[in-house]
Amino acid sequence: MVTSTKKQPLLKVTNLKQYFPIKGGIFSRTVNHVKAVDDVSFTVYEGETLSIVGESGCGKSTTGRSILRLENPTSGEVRFNNINLLDLTKREMRAARKDIQVIFQDPFASLNPRQTVGRIIEEAMEILTDMPREKRLDRVKELLQQVGLRPEYAYRYPHEFSGGQRQRIGIARALATNPKLIICDEAVSALDVSVQAQVLNLLKKLQKQYNLTYLFISHDLGVVRHISDRVMVMYLGKVVEIGEKKDIFDHPQHPYTKALLSAIPEPDRTKRKERVILKGDVPSPINPPTGCRFHTRCPFATEYCKQNEPTIEQVGDKTNRVACFYAEELS
Amino acid sequence: MFIFIVRRVLQTIPVLIGVSLVVFLIMQMVPGDPAVLLAGESATEEQVNQLRSQLGLDQPLYIQYFDYIKNVIQGDLGTSIRSNRPVLDEILVRLPVTIELAFWSIVVTVVLGLLAGVISATKQRSLTDVSIMVAALIGVSLPNFWLGLMLILYFSVQFQIFPVSGWGTFAHIVLPALTLGTSGAAIVARMTRSSMLEVIRQDYIRTAKAKGVKQRYIVYKHALKNALVPVITVVGLQFGALLGGTVLTESVFAINGLGRMIVDAIRMRDLPLVQGSILVVSALFVLVNLIVDISYKFVDKKVDLN
Repeated sequence: MVTSTKKQPLLKVTNLKQYFPIKGGIFSRTVNHVKAVDDVSFTVYEGETLSIVGESGCGKSTTGRSILRLENPTSGEVRFNNINLLDLTKREMRAARKDIQVIFQDPFASLNPRQTVGRIIEEAMEILTDMPREKRLDRVKELLQQVGLRPEYAYRYPHEFSGGQRQRIGIARALATNPKLIICDEAVSALDVSVQAQVLNLLKKLQKQYNLTYLFISHDLGVVRHISDRVMVMYLGKVVEIGEKKDIFDHPQHPYTKALLSAIPEPDRTKRKERVILKGDVPSPINPPTGCRFHTRCPFATEYCKQNEPTIEQVGDKTNRVACFYAEELS
Repeated sequence: MFIFIVRRVLQTIPVLIGVSLVVFLIMQMVPGDPAVLLAGESATEEQVNQLRSQLGLDQPLYIQYFDYIKNVIQGDLGTSIRSNRPVLDEILVRLPVTIELAFWSIVVTVVLGLLAGVISATKQRSLTDVSIMVAALIGVSLPNFWLGLMLILYFSVQFQIFPVSGWGTFAHIVLPALTLGTSGAAIVARMTRSSMLEVIRQDYIRTAKAKGVKQRYIVYKHALKNALVPVITVVGLQFGALLGGTVLTESVFAINGLGRMIVDAIRMRDLPLVQGSILVVSALFVLVNLIVDISYKFVDKKVDLN
């Protein structure tokens, strides 16, 4: 928290919980819950990129969707510019969407195949701003140029484009309402590596140009290293570690973060690195383990970890905040 | 687009020739000699023979067939044995009635089916959804002659809202159209529901929500349009079942349409009339399929017609 504290918090998530009911029996009673996101708190500062990383099913995407209220969270607070989004009525929320936009993973599923590219980009402007029609079309063309596409593409349909081009359309779409925050939900994961780099650089360029804030959700640590300012690691619906990118990558404190980082392939064969291999699979989020959720796979877990749940705390002289009882000893 | 339509129309020609051949052969296999039937029981052998050669029935099969096709191409579907009037005229008198019935039945099928399907999908797993799906199951299972009779029993006899039978005013159309359209509506409802459920989970629906699009607009503009392709196929197929259904429904409601005429013609062994009307009905079905194929282009931009 050296540089980031100087900046204004844009998004402050507090104790966010997202439980999905599991219906069972003949009368479809709620028999249990999938605890997809369980008591997550973090802050995103203006102009920065905060990445959320973790395995499949750890709740990263659900966190993003809950913030956007694409799913209605079970409890918690999502303060955007000091307004709790979860308190807003449907109508107020629609208006608030002007400032928060999203880019999804699959560029083939996230564009409506029946709308022209121009219409896809224009629609949000029509709903959320009072721009006249002719101006909107100019803006659509300008946006297409911004993301490196030709303005006349506005009249074509999504299926005529490649994955990378489609993702650029998705970005132009997200930019249409001049948002402050863009949630990138695995925004480059579906793209080829060479295209990934181009799209990432485009995102960086646009961030500078429009002073955008990104919440970048990804499982790809290479991508995260490239784009982030800060990194948040999630495991089974909980935050296990959060800190400046440099500190997370160079001085990981939590055993899970260490295991995750050791999985990054090392291109230099002469450098042998120690691979931390985790036993078993991620436990079910329906009945998560007691105590520290990671204890079933943690090589350092003790009896104490099974009984007690760690809180997230500052450890060491770096920016890392860690949810582990033994972080200090282990580092 | 234009080339596609022309090619698609040309493709229907072999289909129609095939249909005419099948109908022609089936008619030959029907037991009973039309000449005997026509001449009456008191006719002598000579009279029957004379009638037979007069109708060309003593010629070899393939010659009979080619003669028939030659006439059909010239717009001559033959002469009804019973009424002695041209088959085409007979058909043209009855056809508008059947088309009107079929049209309103399709309206019932589409409107009822789409609405039920969309409501069901947007309220998935609710009581409404379950009720609609049970109703749809019942709708598919009901034989339409029985449904027709029940509708008459309640709405015509007991409550006297609609006329029992006949044709002419809009009130006459309601019950037959419901009778014919219900099973189709049920199938369309099920299809719409599953198709909608698939589309609703797509990211572009989430995108639309993130854009701030209103729920109703998302459902009808973003989701339904994309869910429509399989539904159109089903509606097109349903039209075939509908044409078959008119035979029963027109009999139940005593409507003088093409369906009832075919039944009567078969009973009377009026060969040219049966042949002609089945040919016309088949042509109609082929035409509807053609329209369905072309409409894909308008619904799904990804369909490449060439």
